[in-house]
Amino acid sequence: MIEALFFYLFAAVMLGAGLMVVVSRNPVFSVLFLILAFFNAAGLFVLIGAEFIAMLLVVVYVGAVAVLFLFVVMMLDINFAEMRAGFQKYLPIGLVVGGILVFELVAAMYGDAFSGATLPAASEISNTRALGNVLYTKYMYLFQVAGLILLVAMIGAISLTMRRRSGVRRQVIAEQNMRRREDSVEIVDVPVGASARTVATVPPGKRER
Amino acid sequence: MDLIMNSYVIELAWIVGKIMLVVGPLLIAVAYLTLAERRVIGFMQLRKGPNVVGPFGMFQPFADALKLMAKETILPAGANKVVFMFAPMLTFILALVAWAVIPFGEGLVIADINVGILYLFAISSLGVYGVIMAGWASNSKYAFLGALRSAAQMVSYEVSMGLVIINVLICVGSLNLTAIVEAQRGMWFALPLLPMFIVFFISTLAETNRAPFDLPEGESELVAGYFVEYSSMSFALFFLGEYANMILMSGMTTVLFLGGWLPPFDIWPLNIVPGPLWFILKVMLLLFVFLWVRATTPRYRYDQLMRLGWKIFLPFSLIWVVLTSGFLLWTDNLPAVMAG
Repeated sequence: MIEALFFYLFAAVMLGAGLMVVVSRNPVFSVLFLILAFFNAAGLFVLIGAEFIAMLLVVVYVGAVAVLFLFVVMMLDINFAEMRAGFQKYLPIGLVVGGILVFELVAAMYGDAFSGATLPAASEISNTRALGNVLYTKYMYLFQVAGLILLVAMIGAISLTMRRRSGVRRQVIAEQNMRRREDSVEIVDVPVGASARTVATVPPGKRER
Repeated sequence: MDLIMNSYVIELAWIVGKIMLVVGPLLIAVAYLTLAERRVIGFMQLRKGPNVVGPFGMFQPFADALKLMAKETILPAGANKVVFMFAPMLTFILALVAWAVIPFGEGLVIADINVGILYLFAISSLGVYGVIMAGWASNSKYAFLGALRSAAQMVSYEVSMGLVIINVLICVGSLNLTAIVEAQRGMWFALPLLPMFIVFFISTLAETNRAPFDLPEGESELVAGYFVEYSSMSFALFFLGEYANMILMSGMTTVLFLGGWLPPFDIWPLNIVPGPLWFILKVMLLLFVFLWVRATTPRYRYDQLMRLGWKIFLPFSLIWVVLTSGFLLWTDNLPAVMAG
């Protein structure tokens, strides 16, 4: 009974939060509601005994991805009126994409996409171990390919942002360490009566010692 | 039906009682940690610190708490009120809920869950939201800059913390915190994984925004960082949350590296001391190091902080994961996967 109660609580809050993500006027609130939705999804995972996935959802999506979303959304200077103006124009394509996702979810649920993986009951084996068992044996190659795709994405992101910008002063520790005393400091013997400027115009090395 | 309801009520009361048993002493510990910080740093700087209110200044934290509660709560005019008030509460709640999985002794834990260490990691990674929401909702330059710094800093150091935790997990073979402590019965992980212990401790300094990584506060350039606009109880909640987080991180380090409630050696005078006492002693030792570091090190520059996190700690802990697993495989010491 209590479990059913919590299921409906989590599910209702999640759906409400999901709706608010779409309709909130301020994008920062959208991201905050998205985080709430992630949390309730994690709660639902715990209810079906998948605590490992629940924790991963919180660590990865809430702890890292949503922080970056929030970061970007807070820093952007967004014109709300302009953003809402395109709503009518983008509604059909949004509905099509959403419809395809719903269809795929239903097809996966009622089709036989998941029947190949037979997992033992949650009481027999901890789900961390169960996941590891299938991930590193049956789906080994797919797992490696997923890793490679992430690596490519990472290299892409780095190569997009790694560029030398002029006018930015940046600390180059190697350059600092390479500096020798002779390059930066010199002892000038100023004769009595001569101004310092006349001495300094003589290039270093050519001066009489 | 009546009987079922009754058993639920009894179970609920028992759980609430356990939570009170943890939260009550924790809040007192937080209060005395603030006093200890001021006294310890005072002695290190050849001052006396607060010593007037009560014997040795023992009542100083309560005087401070009374003062803070009596002050006016100020809501800045441009602030987003809901988020502004929610942020300090979130910080404080997150600092408390993480204690649900910390084992104080053999079987002395509120929730002995299978994925305890992941839960701790998840909760500690959420701490950044209190900071970033406070900075945004305050609608102030300084608060926002502090929040942005803090978000970047906490996300960066979480990465190396995660890899250090993986090192420990390879040696244990379980995500359960009790199992992690039990695996250290022969030797604490601080010895074989000494470099990782140091990396983890420095990362916890950055994760809790403590000196020398207290850039989010940076009083010399940002006034007080993300909580400039806060006053009274909302400020007190941030303050308490920060100290509760320090104790939590020390507890986490104790469980992962210093053998939790286990005595240093399983010999006569040491093993009659009750486990929770060992746990508290170890946490206190780590907290002292927190204060010691604050009194002795200057603040990092921001680019140095990022360089340390991404270019030194991350590759180092990654290499150590390979080394640890390689060594365990070579010596055929990989732990059998436990049921937990």
